[in-house]
Amino acid sequence: MLRITDLFARVEEKEILKGLNLTVKPGEVHAIMGPNGAGKSTLGNVLSGREGYEVTGGSVDFNGKNLFDLEIEERAREGLFLAFQYPVEIPGVSNMEFLKASVDAKRKHHGQAELSAVEFMKMAREASKRVSLDQAFLKRGVNEGFSGGEKKRNEIMQMMLLEPSLCILDETDSGLDIDALQVVANGVNAMRSAERSFIVVTHYQRLLDYIVPDYVHVLANGRIVKTGGKELALELEEKGYAWLENEAV
Amino acid sequence: MSEQVEHLIKKEYAAGFHTTIDSETLPPGLNEDVIRFISAKKNEPEWLLEWRLKAYQAWLEMTEPEWAHVKYEDIDFQAVSYYSAPKSMDEKPKSLDEVDPELLRTYEKLGIPLHEQAALAGVAMDVVFDSVSVVTTFREKLFEVGVIFCSISEAVHKYPELVKKYIGSVVPQRDNYYAALNSAVFSDGSFVYIPKGVRCPMELSTYFRINEQNTGQFERTLIIADEGSHVSYLEGCTAPMRDENQLHAAVVELIALDNAEIKYSTVQNWYPGNEEGKGGIYNFVTKRGVCHTNAKISWTQVETGSAVTWKYPSCILRGDNSVGEFYSVALTNNYQQADTGTKMIHIGKNTRSTIISKGISAGKSSNAYRGLVRINPGAEGARNYTQCDSLLIGDKCGAHTFPYIESKNPSAVIEHEATTSKVSEDQMFLCQQRGLDAEKAVSMIVNGFCREVFKELPMEFAVEAGKLLEVSLEGSVG
Repeated sequence: MLRITDLFARVEEKEILKGLNLTVKPGEVHAIMGPNGAGKSTLGNVLSGREGYEVTGGSVDFNGKNLFDLEIEERAREGLFLAFQYPVEIPGVSNMEFLKASVDAKRKHHGQAELSAVEFMKMAREASKRVSLDQAFLKRGVNEGFSGGEKKRNEIMQMMLLEPSLCILDETDSGLDIDALQVVANGVNAMRSAERSFIVVTHYQRLLDYIVPDYVHVLANGRIVKTGGKELALELEEKGYAWLENEAV
Repeated sequence: MSEQVEHLIKKEYAAGFHTTIDSETLPPGLNEDVIRFISAKKNEPEWLLEWRLKAYQAWLEMTEPEWAHVKYEDIDFQAVSYYSAPKSMDEKPKSLDEVDPELLRTYEKLGIPLHEQAALAGVAMDVVFDSVSVVTTFREKLFEVGVIFCSISEAVHKYPELVKKYIGSVVPQRDNYYAALNSAVFSDGSFVYIPKGVRCPMELSTYFRINEQNTGQFERTLIIADEGSHVSYLEGCTAPMRDENQLHAAVVELIALDNAEIKYSTVQNWYPGNEEGKGGIYNFVTKRGVCHTNAKISWTQVETGSAVTWKYPSCILRGDNSVGEFYSVALTNNYQQADTGTKMIHIGKNTRSTIISKGISAGKSSNAYRGLVRINPGAEGARNYTQCDSLLIGDKCGAHTFPYIESKNPSAVIEHEATTSKVSEDQMFLCQQRGLDAEKAVSMIVNGFCREVFKELPMEFAVEAGKLLEVSLEGSVG
């Protein structure tokens, strides 16, 4: 699925990722934890190709392709999905129109016909139900006037419709109350399958009570400094990160 | 993102072809003889010739307005030809079968079939080519309900009382420099009369085309909606691509009598000039309507063309409870300049006006909103709501807002909101991360920005406007 080898990346001259290695196999859920400023969000942005993130070394193989050969939208169409920490609003563009264009762009990329409005509407209604978003949100502007929780649920709904092979959740739990967290987690869990992988970036152990990972990695100083099972998250919750940061130097 | 944006705004102007047709074109220059020639050509009554000459005298004494936020080389009004008409139009064709096939092909190429069976269902059209009206479709059908829709030249002969009563009643000859020029030399345009209580059964539309070189187009449109009537009118325009600037100075007058409603929509796509700012139409237009008691006038415009646009469709809310609306999308790209907006003059009691203006600037263009809301002393309970939004694409363009508010009645409520935003990197990234390419992303974001205005357009036009925006934006993202 994804093999990251010795990845170096910087933002505005500042080296953030410093030799990161990570391999994700189909069906696995990897949690990435770590202190602030360790490079957690940078990883998602680098993988999805955001401008301003410069790769200075290493390689990433995504389903047999060199990820860095692909444009942002090509990576997306190939099945890489980034759920944003702070989803942005696009006023006046209806969620429905936006989602249909996204799904059609992906289908076209894979040589499939565009969906009819009726077919898509049916899919979208189904997905909105699964994340407990009222159907009215489909007609509203993308994230326009949505609460924090509604924005995150909207992200998960997009993920359901786009059916990516690799989902990167960037601190999706930030700013969520416990009910919204559960809805989001249920959505993710329902999408877990033998072919689909997840990278869950989070600051807190709390989310991992709901989305149980196969592996937990600690990212500090731009590298993975420790890897363990789900119990590592509990250990981190208890001990903090300081004892590991020393190892990273 | 700015590199991306820059590359996106470069599409060919699809209406930029020239039709080779035998035309009778006056040599360039303007004097009383030219005006007499135009008037004689149209076999006009004496009063109209005098009206024109009066306008010409007024024009000679006036100076070009310089207050607009636009810059262009001085126009040599003696280098413009004031009349050009296809020779085949010497005798106005009685039916489409008599129209020069070359002309018909021109409109087909522009996507406007003129045969009624092929025409857009429910849209009657007057077609103006350079200085003359070529054909008006669906006239018989409209006549059955008493609606008059013809060229203004024809109306001068057939309905002289109506023309004499209303021409210049909203935009007087000496209103402004370009209106005076238009009043002196106007050659054709559309005339509409909707009788009392009639709801016009179809959309009326005029399509303006400038074809000849060094020719100006000076059309005059007069729409009269009698008491309790209703009409929706559309206007579209294109011109060939030329290196020289061409002049278009139109006047539109709307009269909405008691309880009448006029909806006037424009999709303006005159040739905007090339990427280096060479060529393009100078679009200096005066549009104004007067609303009597309980009447409503709604202007909707989508302005994507022209090198320079100077245009302020306005409403005089004379009658009590009358309503004026102005919905505008103005997009400028490359070196285009637009100074556009509206005037809402509240005279009657409880008059209401709404202004929604969306300016989009890309490339090295400049886009200004200029609006006046005036509440006269007698306009008890007047209300205005103004919303002015500017969207910048890239970092070499400019957006300006010049709102003027004059309130002379303390009971008036005036609201003004203005925003300026950029197509943000975050929005672009969200779209691209969901699989949309940069061009699609920009056009989607811009279309969303314009939604409030597009929803005011008649259905067929709304789709057209969306597409036009996409074309006009091409090359703005890299």
